[in-house]
Amino acid sequence: MRGFLKFVKKETLHILRDSRTMLIALLMPVVQILLFGFAISTEVNNVNVAVVVPKWDEQIRQSINKLSSNPYITYKGAIAEHEIDQNLRSGKVDAIVVFAHDFDRLMTQWKQSGNGKAAMQFIMDASNTNTAQAGAGYLNNILAGELMQSNSLVETHMLFNPQMKSAFNFVPGIMGMIFILICAMLTSVAIVREKETGTMDVLLVSPVRPLTIILAKMTPYFILSCINLTTILLLARFVLGIPMSGNLSSIIVVSLVYLLLSLSLGLLISTIAKQQIVALLISAAVMMVPIVMLSGMLFPIENMPAVLQPLSAIVPARWYIDAMRKLLIQGASFGLVLKDFLILVGMTLAVLAIALKNFKDKLE
Amino acid sequence: MDTSTLAIEVNGISKSYGTVKALDHVSLEVQRGEIFGLIGPDGAGKTSLFKILVTLLNADEGNAKVDGLEVAADYRKVRSRVGYMPGKFSLYPDLTIEENMEFFATLFGVTVEQNYDLVAPIYKQIEPFKKRRAGRLSGGMKQKLALSCALIHKPSVLFLDEPTTGVDAVSRSEFWDMLHNLREQGLSILVSTPYMDEASRCDRIALCNTGRILDIDSPQHMVEKFDGKLYAIKARDMYGLLKDLRDNSSIANCYTAGEYHHLLASADFDAQAIEHHLAELGHEDLEIKPIAPDIEDVFIKLLSNEQ
Repeated sequence: MRGFLKFVKKETLHILRDSRTMLIALLMPVVQILLFGFAISTEVNNVNVAVVVPKWDEQIRQSINKLSSNPYITYKGAIAEHEIDQNLRSGKVDAIVVFAHDFDRLMTQWKQSGNGKAAMQFIMDASNTNTAQAGAGYLNNILAGELMQSNSLVETHMLFNPQMKSAFNFVPGIMGMIFILICAMLTSVAIVREKETGTMDVLLVSPVRPLTIILAKMTPYFILSCINLTTILLLARFVLGIPMSGNLSSIIVVSLVYLLLSLSLGLLISTIAKQQIVALLISAAVMMVPIVMLSGMLFPIENMPAVLQPLSAIVPARWYIDAMRKLLIQGASFGLVLKDFLILVGMTLAVLAIALKNFKDKLE
Repeated sequence: MDTSTLAIEVNGISKSYGTVKALDHVSLEVQRGEIFGLIGPDGAGKTSLFKILVTLLNADEGNAKVDGLEVAADYRKVRSRVGYMPGKFSLYPDLTIEENMEFFATLFGVTVEQNYDLVAPIYKQIEPFKKRRAGRLSGGMKQKLALSCALIHKPSVLFLDEPTTGVDAVSRSEFWDMLHNLREQGLSILVSTPYMDEASRCDRIALCNTGRILDIDSPQHMVEKFDGKLYAIKARDMYGLLKDLRDNSSIANCYTAGEYHHLLASADFDAQAIEHHLAELGHEDLEIKPIAPDIEDVFIKLLSNEQ
């Protein structure tokens, strides 16, 4: 045990003395969480809207007031009908609301009978489909909301994330990515470095068991990842306002299993790679790309081509991200993530078994 | 320590990498308390033999014992009894001298204090710098640290793979003095080197080339049993001299050796006739003298006998 702790101390010294890598490992989660939480956001925040008014009246003024007071809309004023095309082309506005010349009468009719002719038209710049769709939705809600609600066939409620904040979507995804990066990439590189510098030869020619070498290497990175887990959860809760309505201990238990899985993956890579650069490439090509593309972090799994859907099932991050979405955003109970949890446990055991079997205590 | 057995016993070891035969039926024995030198150029198979003996590689054929234990079957036990210093500097450059020492001690379940006496003559020389990181040490200091780390668990057999490569002449000489000290304390040492001049510092040597052992003997005996007359020769035009000598039928072999060429005489060799002949060919400042062979001459003769 004393030997093991000395070993861990030595590994910790390696990490502490490589301050650049340590800084990256500790700051990366913070930067990514903040980037995805604020800067890179799929929310549409400032829709520039102009209006075309053939004949001003009180109804229209009220509607325009509603528009300009909405935080998601930037009101750009009224323009003439012939300026519509030019305004959209120049990108000055994203949407134009054209009021009917008898808007007042049409609206009254709608309110009384619940049907009638169109009273306004939204012309959207759909070169960015995201903005166009979101913008049209906003305008519909603001200008026709009351009519729709009193008189609609369908009633929609956005549960768990009513404001559709993209941070809610990204935080579980980033967690799925960061832990793989830190645990798998850094651990594999750390083990392969010993092969590359030749120190592995000296380590092997000693009574120390390979398992001790491996566990001692993993321990500091495991601790580092636990620090990151804490940072991410704190940032998510207090800076991004993620509800975290689920049970905190469930979140931690599932995350710890995922950390172990990532460490085992790193170990597996280190048994295959002989150079640090190879370990890095495997980590990037075999792990990062599938995580970003196939885990459901960015693109919904249901939308993937049928061939890729079963492939995504072997990406560990898919199950972790799924579980984190349920726990962090939906506030689900542990029972609802049991399937994800069991799959992660199974994967951990399988990867660990293969890695240990693959780890040779001789060269070749 | 069991003194009845040999320190190292190698029986017909072969090892191939693909089609390249690195070791071809190598056999040798190292006695207790002996410094045994494995001497040969790069590619002679020295490192492969080391890696097999310290249990890092498996041999294709043959068997070997270290400290009385089979290296293939008992590799775990062998690992705790040997000290291994690989050819490449294999310590942690980001750890200090002290941290490296402590780490390697704990690796073998001992403390630095426990075996301090054994390493003291070597370690004391670098101890003043013990807070310095290993990566920032000079070549000679790195070598001393590596040796200290290989010794800290008091191994019974020490394996030093080209320990003096890349080290200056003074440090090299000091290093051999240290090895002799260690031998006094009962250690058996297998050391490899590409430098022929270091052979005389070993008790016995094996000359090897391309995976085969040419001869095993004490360096003195090897030189004594050299049969044939050897001359050193020089002239102003050394290159032309070499060409002319190689064309001469009374000369078995001629090769460069520093300031002089060495030539090995055939049966019908006559030094005066050669000198005369060379003067006729226009060579100036000729000097020819009989010399005693050194290990390099022995090696070259063994090589040419093979071919």
